[in-house]
Amino acid sequence: MDQFILQILNGLDKGSAYALIALGLTLIFGTLGVVNFAHGALFMLGAFVAVTMSKLLTLSHKVVDETRTDFLGNPLQVDVPYIYDWFGQATGDVIIDWAVPIAIIAAIPVMIAIGFIMERGLIKHFYKRPHADQILVTFGLAIVIQEIVKYFYGANPIPTPAPSAFVGSFDFGVALGFDPNAIIYPYWRLVYFFFSIGIIAAVFAFLQFTTFGMVVRAGMADRETVGLLGIDIDKRFTIMFGIAAAVAGLAGVMYAPINSPNYHMGMDFLVLSFVVVVVGGMGSLPGAVAAGFLLGILESFASMSAVIDILPGINQIIIYLVAIIILLTRPRGLMGRKGVMEE
Amino acid sequence: MSNSKFSRRGVLKTGMVASAGLALPQYLRADSHAGFTNAPGDSEVILGFNVPQTGPYADEGADELRAYELAVEHLNGGGDGGMLGTFSSKALDGTGILGREVKYVTGDTQTKSDAARASARSMIEKDGAVMITGGSSSGVAVAVQALCQEAGVIFMAGLTHSNDTTGKDKRANGFRHFFNSYMSGAALAPVLAANYGTNRKAYHLTADYNWGYTTEEAVKSSTEAMGWETVNAVKTPLTQTDFSSYIAPVLNSGADVLVLNHYGGNMVNSLTNAVQFGLREAQANGQNFEIVVPLYSRLMAKGAGANVKGIFGSTNWHWSLQDAGSQAFVRSFGTKYGFPPSQAAHTTYVQTLLYADAVTRAGSFNPCAVVEALEDFEFDGLGNGPTLYRGADHQCFKDVLVVKGKENPENEFDLLEIVEVTPVDQVTYAPDHPQFAGGALGTCNPGA
Repeated sequence: MDQFILQILNGLDKGSAYALIALGLTLIFGTLGVVNFAHGALFMLGAFVAVTMSKLLTLSHKVVDETRTDFLGNPLQVDVPYIYDWFGQATGDVIIDWAVPIAIIAAIPVMIAIGFIMERGLIKHFYKRPHADQILVTFGLAIVIQEIVKYFYGANPIPTPAPSAFVGSFDFGVALGFDPNAIIYPYWRLVYFFFSIGIIAAVFAFLQFTTFGMVVRAGMADRETVGLLGIDIDKRFTIMFGIAAAVAGLAGVMYAPINSPNYHMGMDFLVLSFVVVVVGGMGSLPGAVAAGFLLGILESFASMSAVIDILPGINQIIIYLVAIIILLTRPRGLMGRKGVMEE
Repeated sequence: MSNSKFSRRGVLKTGMVASAGLALPQYLRADSHAGFTNAPGDSEVILGFNVPQTGPYADEGADELRAYELAVEHLNGGGDGGMLGTFSSKALDGTGILGREVKYVTGDTQTKSDAARASARSMIEKDGAVMITGGSSSGVAVAVQALCQEAGVIFMAGLTHSNDTTGKDKRANGFRHFFNSYMSGAALAPVLAANYGTNRKAYHLTADYNWGYTTEEAVKSSTEAMGWETVNAVKTPLTQTDFSSYIAPVLNSGADVLVLNHYGGNMVNSLTNAVQFGLREAQANGQNFEIVVPLYSRLMAKGAGANVKGIFGSTNWHWSLQDAGSQAFVRSFGTKYGFPPSQAAHTTYVQTLLYADAVTRAGSFNPCAVVEALEDFEFDGLGNGPTLYRGADHQCFKDVLVVKGKENPENEFDLLEIVEVTPVDQVTYAPDHPQFAGGALGTCNPGA
């Protein structure tokens, strides 16, 4: 039982990341009709906003320390962050420690701006083109973004820790009456899960309870009629692209302390997120979220050694296996609507 | 009925001739005037540096390339000479190799076997490289080594740690200076027993590919010989990024040690996840829970940040070594590039010098002469103490470093501290040891 709960918890944080990326993908697909293979790159860029924030806060000047030597035996040049000079070391350390939460604030405008530039600069030229063209151009864009990030930040992962207040883990075992250590769960992953739920709720509330959201939903249902009513739906869809980029970016920022960001992390999530979208049903926002959590949890169960012992290799194929089964039994996915990608 | 003017027989004949032509390896059509592939002219010799310039090991590949450039500079008489001054063999004098200026071409392995073979093939066929060296993965090393054997050029392996490179996949034209999984296990086990005791239960997480298997086997057999018990060994997909679902059950498995047979990004992520799940602070079986990383890389350890502190592992070489060879190399490299070299840079620099030295001693670039010069060659002054290039399997035997993540680093490069220099006798094994069984060196192939 304790192992069962543990793997559900594990699946929830992984599912959170899948759900957030898949949500953005579905928003873009539902509004603009574009299959955006660069969406994983937006997730990665979000993580690198956290890395950049951490680097900005630790921007330093050199002070020579004559008492110590560097690896060549020369007097050691110690890096002193400017932030120490401005706020003192104690306050400076606290600010540096909170780099990731601070990056969340920065990520929203940065990612919306990146989304705008991507949509206006490149993707809008492909609205009327076949999906194959869209996939090719966005996939190419993802590779270009990756290589740019690698050029500036290198190929190795860059540690971006969570604030020290969130280091450590919560013992659910004790709380739920199991043995101590039976269900250990890191604090930051809990934060990630609740943060994701908050973002997902905010996106749904925005679409459900605002006039802007209502127009967007109407546009998703029948773009032509909304256009005939004199509403500039394209402009609203561009804004939705920015919002979808911000959702992916926020998922990335918060993910940075879980796994050290590297330039390739977007691709690692992209394929799985597409499977999530397809399983959830193309164009269905609740489907994307539900499938994200479902596949995250199933992936966790499949990596239990007891399961691998019975079905070797199941951990590598579970997501695709589930996708095949669902598509065979429900060709439109879990919550897919009739008519989407069926013309 | 078809109106085609092609007869079935005609098509078959043409097809067979064309297939035979395509199947004939390009290098068999290479210039053969000297009796071996890519015999250099009188003025210059071309070496092929095949490193990951893109992909997840690109930073390691970049460091290897820096070391190769430094080696070429030193061989041609530039810079401060680096390890040429400390190398026990005095055959090299800074005038190139056998009087020819050393030139080089580079290829990108992308850490993919097929891409690595394609770039090596291109350097051999188009650029005329007489020796191929490099790589940052065992899969790549094994693939390129086999290609070089067929092509009749020497392969000086870069960073490859799997037993198989000089075990079941060894080749007469291939040589490895880097240590291997068996040596890591043999060096680590006594240190682990001394620090953590002999009554331990280990849980292995192993990258699901060749190197992972040989490392798991080596560490398991070495630690079990010390009295440890292995409670579980789980394979993890190479593409895995979040190891939480593999790490979470460990604490409740009855194990009190986690062995991470992971390298590169896998290692960074699994170690980070293990620390996040509180394994470092946990107690199990009445003892402190411990984590072990059999193969450390300083470049990679940097990605795991403070999580490496206090964690044992092994490494081929470290810049903080105080012997004259290491110091000379660190000085040359550090002065040129502004930071200390990695173990990948060290092994590739040394391999280049060893090749150049073997050619000079043999008086020929003929691969068979080079093989003869390298086999059972004993040397010193290249950073690892007295070393033997064993003829039976073309593996270097030298001391192995057991390291630990440093508790209080003094600078960004000061991540690992050397805990013990394990003497070579302790990591030496018979050429027919079960972990290296199968396969044969065969005979050297000069190509042409």
